[in-house]
Amino acid sequence: MLEIITSILVRTVVAGTPLLLGTLGEVISERAGILNLGVEGMMSLGAATGFIVTFTTGNPWLGLMAATIAGALISVIHAFVTVSLRANQVVSGLALTMLGLGLSGLWGKPYIGRPLTTKMHAIRIPVLSDIPVIGKVLFYQDPYFYLSVALGILVWFLMKHTKVGITVRSVGENPKAAETLGINVARVKYLCVMAGGAFAGMAGAHLSTAYSKSWIEGMTSGRGWIVIALTIFALWEPSRAFVGAYVFGGIFVIQYVLQPLGISPNLLAMLPYATTLGVLLFYGMSKKGKRRMSAPATLGEPYIRGSR
Amino acid sequence: MKRIEKLEMKGICKSFVGVKANRNVDLTIEKGDILGLLGENGAGKTTLMNILYGLYMPDEGQVLVNGEPLHLKSPKDSMKAGIGMIHQHFMLIQKHTVLENIALGYAEAPFLFPQKYMRKRIEEYSRKFGLEVDPDKKIWELSAGEQQRVEILKALLRNADLLIMDEPTSVLTPPEADELFEILRKMIGEGHSVILISHKLEEIISICNRVMVMRKGEVTGAAEIKDVTKVDLARMMIGREISASYEKAALEPGDPVLEIASLSVNSDQGLPIVKDFSMTVRRNEILGIAGVSGNGQREMVEAVTGLRRAEKGTVKLQGREVTNKSARTIHNLGINHVPEERIKFGTVANLQLFENSVLKKHHEKPYSTNMLMNYPLIKNHADSIIEKYHVDAASINVPVKNLSGGNMQKLILGREIASEPSLLIAAHPTYGLDVGAAEYIRKELIHARDRGGAVLLVSEDLEELFQVCDKIAVMFEGRIMGIVDPSDCDIDDIGLMMAGTSVGLKGEKN
Ligand SMILES: Nc1ncnc2c1ncn2[C@@H]1O[C@H](COP(=O)(O)OP(=O)(O)OP(=O)(O)O)[C@@H](O)[C@H]1O
Ligand SMILES: [Mg+2]
Repeated sequence: MLEIITSILVRTVVAGTPLLLGTLGEVISERAGILNLGVEGMMSLGAATGFIVTFTTGNPWLGLMAATIAGALISVIHAFVTVSLRANQVVSGLALTMLGLGLSGLWGKPYIGRPLTTKMHAIRIPVLSDIPVIGKVLFYQDPYFYLSVALGILVWFLMKHTKVGITVRSVGENPKAAETLGINVARVKYLCVMAGGAFAGMAGAHLSTAYSKSWIEGMTSGRGWIVIALTIFALWEPSRAFVGAYVFGGIFVIQYVLQPLGISPNLLAMLPYATTLGVLLFYGMSKKGKRRMSAPATLGEPYIRGSR
Repeated sequence: MKRIEKLEMKGICKSFVGVKANRNVDLTIEKGDILGLLGENGAGKTTLMNILYGLYMPDEGQVLVNGEPLHLKSPKDSMKAGIGMIHQHFMLIQKHTVLENIALGYAEAPFLFPQKYMRKRIEEYSRKFGLEVDPDKKIWELSAGEQQRVEILKALLRNADLLIMDEPTSVLTPPEADELFEILRKMIGEGHSVILISHKLEEIISICNRVMVMRKGEVTGAAEIKDVTKVDLARMMIGREISASYEKAALEPGDPVLEIASLSVNSDQGLPIVKDFSMTVRRNEILGIAGVSGNGQREMVEAVTGLRRAEKGTVKLQGREVTNKSARTIHNLGINHVPEERIKFGTVANLQLFENSVLKKHHEKPYSTNMLMNYPLIKNHADSIIEKYHVDAASINVPVKNLSGGNMQKLILGREIASEPSLLIAAHPTYGLDVGAAEYIRKELIHARDRGGAVLLVSEDLEELFQVCDKIAVMFEGRIMGIVDPSDCDIDDIGLMMAGTSVGLKGEKN
């Protein structure tokens, strides 16, 4: 029994890792006021790039780097369209999803079905990894896990305790006020969108080089959309992104555990979204929660300099 | 960095769709000057200052510092050149704390833990300047006056060579304003300079050494303060003299319209802020509420108008109990409300002017029938408000956010007064209005009273309260310190009561 639980938990953490990475990125972007619905596409491009580079160079770290850069680069399109051209963020994000899926499908075609021979080795943390259950789950994982946790803490810290954090949050809440204090609003927005892209790219690389170690088209299978839901679930707080990512990761795993018992997989696939709705309902009904729940005030709105 | 010895703006022109906001404006200010900038609502003062601060690009003209041209592409450039600005509309982030708001973009704040560093600086400055604010409060929890204090602190901390202040005192009490002017005098002594926009002529006279008057985008006059009087300034500005006293018909107060009994209301933090508050406003009566902002006035008004829950007590409107009824129910019973944060709660910024002119009545006949809006009628209505209340706008088809601050206020007042409510609640109605417009609004308030309406006027402007009110209630820490008759009371006594001292009153007390 203990073994089953341990194995479920281990898989939960693995499944939660790309969700955490993606959500962190979307939190950054949305905190600066830019809704990016292109996560699915950016993630997919990251997965393809990560796989191709790892496959050809034999170095998964290079794969990770390339995927990160690819994610950041493709997100520049979204930044340009929504910040510089002030176009509708929803439309641009959807277009980005299709573009990312298309590009990755195209470039990844020759690599379909070819297995990776190299991978990142799991890091065993001495002593701690010997603790029953927890040791296996938290201290004997592949580097992506540690990376995502470190980045999560970093983003949380940056948002809450540094000048950069105040700047980013202010830009999303009231860009005009930020501008009157000398902040270059457009630049902040660009950088945050790109950070979001980089995180999504990393999440993709995890899927193709660590989680499944192969590339197939459409392997992100809706994780990009779950990330969007998770961002709301997390109420735009990096700390809550952790909770959300692992809960949703757990739901993924449980799908496979419960499926043999005759529970419809479609029903289970619905769970992440239903949970998000549940959380929104819960917070929406409590008075205190309502205030915290509100999205960044100018999320989705273009900012025009020199207008009132 | 070289200090600003002399700053010139030359031939500044700026147009927006349908309006020439600035036409060939010249302005000069030297080290040690406090320059007063006067002008009617919509004259183009804010526009000119926004150009100087780098927020707007001028169509023509240039800015010179110490004789050298300065290229201002964004506020970053102007900040670098030593220019700071307090904006007419608060530039604050509602969901952030005071600390975070002040830390934003503050160059000296460290990268890590800027809040900690700012706390020390803020405490130091608020002590030094007597500007008290709780650094951990969120902006949305603050009253307009407190928000203004945050804005002033924010600007002072940046220690600019030239400080532009766009109506900084509109929501401050007279003692607070005096405090601010003391600070300005000190700054001048240290070689800074200040541009002060204000509609309060006494302020300009008492603090400035030079004054410049604008009208319809052009400079129409400039003078040394020692050569002019208040009356001269008013004439330069609106081309006529203003009345110092207001005529009121001698009317006995009629039936009670609003009766508040032992009302208790909580603040946003859930702490009691209005405590056991009782008061009656009658027909043919203007009741003034005096008090330093943050003493529960806003919360009291919100509870009466149905925007905030009353914890205890009752509110009756013309004999009907309306405690904790919805805002719409209360509004439909004949209470109109001019809120203190006019942009946020009084208008929908992106809707057009004519749409804003029927807000709260848009769903009713005659403005709409069977879900269809009657636009011709609405536009007529908007036209009549614009004409009657002298709202200066390019047309009724512009988004209301494009109006100048004062004109937005006139539109709201026009809308609320024109429908002849049985009770009008007005918070700081003349805040931001030029002297001519303020005079008109005061007359309209008196007219509403003479017509048989009741008016509850919340204001920090004691002079205004004395001019129009039949009774003045002084509010301190959520309670009424006393109710006085302005014709039989000393303005200083009210000042004392506002600070929490009870005074042996000649007037009645209840
Ligand atoms: N961004 C803008 N877009 C369109 N019109 C504008 C804009 N800014 C200002 N205006 C117009 O320019 C004119 C001058 O406005 P401005 O705010 O400078 O007046 P003001 O002198 O500051 O008046 P107030 O005393 O009421 O604040 C007004 O007619 C206003 O409607
Ligand atoms: Mg103005």
